[in-house]
Amino acid sequence: MTYLSNIGLYFLMIKEMFRKPTKWSVMKGLILKDIDDLVIGSLGIVAFISFFVGGVITIQTALNITNPLIPKYLVGFATRQSVILEFAPTFTSIIMAGKVGSFITSSIGTMRVTEQIDALEVMGINSLNYLVFPKTVAMMLYPFAIAIGMFLGILGGMAACVYGGYTSLEDYITGIQMDFDGFHMTYSFLKTFVFAFILATIPSFHGFYMKGGALEVGKASTTSFVWTSVVIILINYILTDMLLG
Amino acid sequence: MIEVKGLHKWFGDAHILKGLDAHFEKGKTSLVIGQSGSGKTVFIKCLLGLFPYDEGTISYDGKIYSKLSENQKRNLRAEIGMVFQGSALFDSMTIQENVMFPLRMFTKMSKSEMEDRADVVLKRVNLDDAHNKMPSEASGGMQKRVAIARAIVNNPKYLFCDEPNSGLDPKTAIVIDNLIQEITDEYQIVTVINSHDMNSVMEIGEKIIFLQHGHKEWEGSKDTIFKTENKAVTDFVYSSELFKKVRKMYLEGTN
Repeated sequence: MTYLSNIGLYFLMIKEMFRKPTKWSVMKGLILKDIDDLVIGSLGIVAFISFFVGGVITIQTALNITNPLIPKYLVGFATRQSVILEFAPTFTSIIMAGKVGSFITSSIGTMRVTEQIDALEVMGINSLNYLVFPKTVAMMLYPFAIAIGMFLGILGGMAACVYGGYTSLEDYITGIQMDFDGFHMTYSFLKTFVFAFILATIPSFHGFYMKGGALEVGKASTTSFVWTSVVIILINYILTDMLLG
Repeated sequence: MIEVKGLHKWFGDAHILKGLDAHFEKGKTSLVIGQSGSGKTVFIKCLLGLFPYDEGTISYDGKIYSKLSENQKRNLRAEIGMVFQGSALFDSMTIQENVMFPLRMFTKMSKSEMEDRADVVLKRVNLDDAHNKMPSEASGGMQKRVAIARAIVNNPKYLFCDEPNSGLDPKTAIVIDNLIQEITDEYQIVTVINSHDMNSVMEIGEKIIFLQHGHKEWEGSKDTIFKTENKAVTDFVYSSELFKKVRKMYLEGTN
């Protein structure tokens, strides 16, 4: 019953987020700040993870291709498909649920505990629009971070391949260009947009509606990470089945 | 003036406010006192519109709150200043930005006009040189003064303070009390203070409402509270030995 009531409350929060908009001159600044905090601030970790995960996929694929009849360029092909379809959008988003999600939950949760949200409400400001809307808009730039992640993942695979001596550079490049389907990019970015929305709103929900003190802020951050990850994985399954199944 | 008539508030089966009547006049500091659980905070939150009430009316200068449209409520809230118990300053902003915040949200002032106005109110609360400090760098008393500056920067008609003295030493508490009273008088604001602090009651209680179990048990002022024979009030106000002695001396002196 609590789950159902929370799901209902979440959708009411989404609806409320679009009501009584904050002055554009103020909102503009909030959006830019959130782009800096949430997207630009995450580029480093996205780049690091993508590069090394790309490298690991390449090594694992190369080591598991033991049949001499399978061409070596399939290493590049497998890396590209894995990175574009799953690792960049989904794996990175789960990492982001920890980084961006806990940042959002703890910052909004602290504002709740210290009555800053009440202060906004008393002033007649729609606190959901003021706090959650700019984060949601800022996260719409998250697919750019994922695009960089895709590029670096494939680059990481190439570095591992060449410097590890698993295949030649030519084979790898042949592999990553083979049977390219543009719809896979559409699918990947479509789900990244959905994940971006989830990454902004579920942690905001947990921060905004938390009750208690500092300890509860920590608990809310953990709960928000768990639920954001669960929802990302479920939505990933549904979207994959709908779009590729 | 704020006028409250027959205010009722339930939380599920719990009847928190039981037909409260009160009126708060401009230029006067009114204190709402009572034990924990007496309904003070719920009452203040109903006045602020943070809690919807179930029965009765609250009117602000004749405008009944529940009959206002969303836009009118929003405009009304822009006329309300609030000082929270924990100051509730925005910790990502400097003190000056905190004070300018209501101006940024509700006025079309230029940046320099907002800075000038923030200077005026910061000077009024004796904070001339703290503009660029972050709230975390300010002491408790300074934070309270910034909260008062933020509450009055937009020339509010109504000022609400939730335990403005909590966590302050007695000397700073008196400074804050006097500041609130001076500002109330100077700007002719309707000020309602929710307090536990008996020093505040004696210092600035031009009007005092004592709540017990969700209803108004007693109403008076700092002068009449010494003379009251209402047992609930005397048990609450004169619970400490010091205040018992003060009351005894006062009554002996007046007889």
